[in-house]
Amino acid sequence: MDSALIWEMVIKSLVLILALLTGFAYLTYYERRGLARIQSRVGPNRAGPAGLLQPIADAVKLIFKEEFTPGQAYKVIFILAPIITVIPAILITATVPWGGTVTIGGREVMLGIADINIGVLYIMSVASIAVYGVVLAGWASNNKYAMMGGLRSTAQMISYELALGLSFVGVILLANSMRMTEIVEAQRGLWFAFLQPVGAVVFFFATLAELNRGPFDMPEAEQELSAGYNVEYSGMKFALFFMAEYTKMVSISAIIATLFWGGYRGPFIDTMPGLGPLYMFIKIFFILFMMIWVRASWPRIRYDRLMDLGWKILLPLSLSLVFINATGILLNQMWLIPLLSIGAGFLAIQAINLSLRRKENAR
Amino acid sequence: MTVFIILALVAIITALGMLISRNAVYSALFLVLNFATVAVFYLLLGAPFIAITQVTVYAGAIMVLFLFVIMLLGTDELEDTDNLTWQRPLAIGLAVVLVVEGIYLMLSQNTLGFITTPSEDLGSPQAIGDMLFSKYLLPFEATSILLLVAMVGAIVLTVKNKKGEQS
Amino acid sequence: MGSQTPWVYVGIFVLVGLFIPIAAIAIATFLGPKKPNAIKQSTYECGIETVGDSWIQFKAQYYIFALVFLIFDVETVFLFPWAVSLNSLGIFAVFEGIIFILILLAGLIYAWKKGMLEWA
Repeated sequence: MDSALIWEMVIKSLVLILALLTGFAYLTYYERRGLARIQSRVGPNRAGPAGLLQPIADAVKLIFKEEFTPGQAYKVIFILAPIITVIPAILITATVPWGGTVTIGGREVMLGIADINIGVLYIMSVASIAVYGVVLAGWASNNKYAMMGGLRSTAQMISYELALGLSFVGVILLANSMRMTEIVEAQRGLWFAFLQPVGAVVFFFATLAELNRGPFDMPEAEQELSAGYNVEYSGMKFALFFMAEYTKMVSISAIIATLFWGGYRGPFIDTMPGLGPLYMFIKIFFILFMMIWVRASWPRIRYDRLMDLGWKILLPLSLSLVFINATGILLNQMWLIPLLSIGAGFLAIQAINLSLRRKENAR
Repeated sequence: MTVFIILALVAIITALGMLISRNAVYSALFLVLNFATVAVFYLLLGAPFIAITQVTVYAGAIMVLFLFVIMLLGTDELEDTDNLTWQRPLAIGLAVVLVVEGIYLMLSQNTLGFITTPSEDLGSPQAIGDMLFSKYLLPFEATSILLLVAMVGAIVLTVKNKKGEQS
Repeated sequence: MGSQTPWVYVGIFVLVGLFIPIAAIAIATFLGPKKPNAIKQSTYECGIETVGDSWIQFKAQYYIFALVFLIFDVETVFLFPWAVSLNSLGIFAVFEGIIFILILLAGLIYAWKKGMLEWA
């Protein structure tokens, strides 16, 4: 391996991480403006034109804030926990392809960090170690609220990780590969979101729960746990938790776009491979809007119902989707997949309705 | 080779840290680091699938279970008690035997030849799938039964405890 | 090297990624003011004095969920290679995979019936 290649990798990593961080900064602005619109407010509009400099103002404020560590905290872990939370949020993008291969200055450059033959499994494993930051922050704060928040969040994340993993299996079945670029190329004809619509929906909700975002934001429920696992954090360390959540939103949107919405593919992509990042940006923008919309429209669900949804609805549903995908592929009747999966999704919704009604009658 | 030696040192240090640290949570974290190092070993050996599985299952699931247990019991700090009397010399003796055995094996093989770069296809998911579902089919199904038994066992134990609490 | 090369890229990515949060914390430690006092450092519980340890009795349910999760996590990981090589496998092996899922599904139903998945 020559040093030019290593420099190329360092530059690519830096560009991607800086892009993610900019995405994080402007996602906070996007969300605040979006939520404000939905609630007929204006949102931040003072710093710069239309409030566009707001993220920079926030960053400057957070840097100059005093940070304090509670006296009872376990100091080392208390400082390490925000770092441990941020790392997986960035790491998870390593296998996402942002475009095909382009030529920059006579060099063939692949747009993406690494094209691994087990890319999807890599994503699942990074998602599974993401629980540590939260649970450690809760424990190290030595605070009852933080501890409860950390435990809740961990239980929630592991519960929805199963639905997440099984949705991955469904995509792998359809693409017949774990390599992310091959998954994108397999969607040349039809995006998997149309071939397997219920799978896309299950995946979307499972990722919302993984992100601890509304309506699954129990770990940071302000009314019950004041702020959950990050209650003792202030200044930059608090900002890092925020950064982890929003960076993860961007990364996960990129993953959703890649797995279900055709990735970097779009019109004219074969003649102009440089368009890839642009298509990814547009798709991520829309998926992020969906996340903000869901947060604005749905109230937080109760913790026991949240667990019920994960274990009793999404897990069996995603298992049955794996069956349906396998059947469709084996019989070579692809039209069966959307039909049967919509049927399964309908049954799942009926089951939710039924259980809610039964609980109401029991009262 | 240098990478191997550095990683080996990290693995040994994290393992020792796990044993020595008095706080159960720190022990668990050292163990996570140790698992991560072992995963990198698998990567070096050209088995990325096993490496990633190691991280997912051990670091992502088993250690979370451990952390839950530690936090549920609330025994962060261990007291400095020493109930081991005859076990300690025995353990040291057995460890010495193991080390001598390992060194003897290495010397008799006369090479470090067991660290070879396998063919590129060895660790690919396709190859693993083909192997798992043809040659090693029976062990694979046995695994599923084993998992089922483990789950039933755990449930039976907890159900008993629950009844005990009520009475 | 061959198949390991992309992992070197991931390694470089990890190193660059590690740098960001550490730098952020370091900068903030240098630039932020530091005037600690006993009240600031006390545990925050909405203004009430903290009573006792942060360790309180947790639901044993957390443990059971983690246990069931562990078993299904292992199952999911086993399904990944099955999914990749579904097309190249014979019909027999495909059914073996399905039996594998069914056995574990039996486990899920058992846990469900025993009330292990009830949170409340």
